Amino acid sequence: MPDWDPTRKNPEEKPDDSGVSRRDFLRISGITAAIPLVAKPKLVMAAGEQIPVHGPGKVAMQFNVNGKTYKADLEPRVTLLDALRDQFEITGAKRVCDRGECGACTVLMDGKTVYACSVLAIEAQGKSIVTVESLMHDGALHPIQQAFVENDASQCGFCTPGFVVACKAMLDRNPNPTPEDIRHGLSGNLCRCGTYDGIRKAIAQVAQKGA
Amino acid sequence: MRAFEYVSPNSKAQAMSLLATAWGKTEIIAGGTDLLALMKDDVVSPRRLINLKEVKDLHGISSGSNGMRIGALTTLDEIASNAEIKENFPAFADALMEVASPQIRNQATLGGNLCQRPRCWYFRNGFGLLPKDETGKDLVEPGENRYHAILGNSGRAKFVSPSTIAPILIAYGARVRVESPKGKRDLPLEKFFLTPKSEAEREHDLRPNEIVTELVLPLATNVRAAHYEIRQKEAFDWPLAVAAVALTTNGSSVTSARVVLGHVAPVPWRSPAAEQTLTGQQVNRSTAENAAQAAVAAATPLSGNAYKVQLARVAVKRAIMKAAGGVA
Repeated sequence: MPDWDPTRKNPEEKPDDSGVSRRDFLRISGITAAIPLVAKPKLVMAAGEQIPVHGPGKVAMQFNVNGKTYKADLEPRVTLLDALRDQFEITGAKRVCDRGECGACTVLMDGKTVYACSVLAIEAQGKSIVTVESLMHDGALHPIQQAFVENDASQCGFCTPGFVVACKAMLDRNPNPTPEDIRHGLSGNLCRCGTYDGIRKAIAQVAQKGA
Repeated sequence: MRAFEYVSPNSKAQAMSLLATAWGKTEIIAGGTDLLALMKDDVVSPRRLINLKEVKDLHGISSGSNGMRIGALTTLDEIASNAEIKENFPAFADALMEVASPQIRNQATLGGNLCQRPRCWYFRNGFGLLPKDETGKDLVEPGENRYHAILGNSGRAKFVSPSTIAPILIAYGARVRVESPKGKRDLPLEKFFLTPKSEAEREHDLRPNEIVTELVLPLATNVRAAHYEIRQKEAFDWPLAVAAVALTTNGSSVTSARVVLGHVAPVPWRSPAAEQTLTGQQVNRSTAENAAQAAVAAATPLSGNAYKVQLARVAVKRAIMKAAGGVA
């Protein structure tokens, strides 16, 4: 276990004068552009039936994330990842490549891992979305998260939430993976720090103990 | 990503009537794993997306006396996990498990995989399928072409066909069904892929208002098949060469063979020369090597991709040995 506690404030650190975090700043600066304007969908005729056309403006949407209902007015072009992070402040899934290549935005959709950057929010409605935030219970880390800590499986930590979700999905599907299953099952997530060895050890540990 | 309209038809007829009759105005969204990246990079900017996921009869796997049918909207993971697919078409199941990553396989569909756009970096950066500079001069031949075609590249198209499962499906003799408001047509999967001769053409035999609805795999009796990929990374990487082989045998020797290469040409590349070399032969290292040599004999590598000739040759040899049950 590292003796450095990331949650403890450095006593030497000066408080931020503005009292405005980076996220708050981004949100405040975006307010002027965020005038909600939700029009009812227009209808088009398709094979003798009227069906709704959504967008290109904002559409009233509703999501189930970690068992809770969230609502927002979003354009059809907004991805699930941007909706989670920018609308609902659920920032565990990270925006890195935004092209379905790195895995940092991995979430579960109806129990299966997907890249939240490659799912349109409008298509995630009516699905059960689970993010890394749901894994902790009563302040205690999930066994997979605990194993990451114990096996030194993160360095900068930016890929970690995506990896943890991918690990959970893999172990739920295959509780006793071989080393090759682990490599193949986690191939959709990249770590630029190179913590793969620690991650493999963490998985092997959880598989042995049971998650 | 530019703003667009989004429509979810619930029948094939609705979907087809919503599609524009010219490219560019509408796009079909299935899994979306390729399309959204193309839209974020402004390679395509449709005004309307037609979502096919609510069309129920495009989804699912069924088997009959003639073979298996797979709906175009079935995800790659669903197909790879299907017990009958694994039993009847094991090399296809193998190829599916090599596609991209678990996350992509959970979302990407069969139809989307076959209709995905090339990975050519000129195309992905907005220079078109047949990239040229402002004077009309080809960009690929004098440019960065290490991942481009080594076969079928005498025309303007130098990209490689991106689907890694198309070669094994063609080797198994798959047929694809395409539907339009005018009706249905069935064609062998290998005929579905085209080499465009102008920017107005696409790389599939598909009109803008047509939809790939299903794939049919004929029952493979006495067929031994294998899929072999060579990549830089162990997983989640585009291959440098793919080889797919289906051998029909009478016990000791090959009565007919299909040899299909991937990621070497603008279309999945069938090699009649390799197939002829194998026919009537017993498979051993020597016949496999001869067939592999025949498969790349006509290769015309570009300035930076001669190394792919060797990789393609080895991929074919190993796929043949793997199909015959030997050591690759």
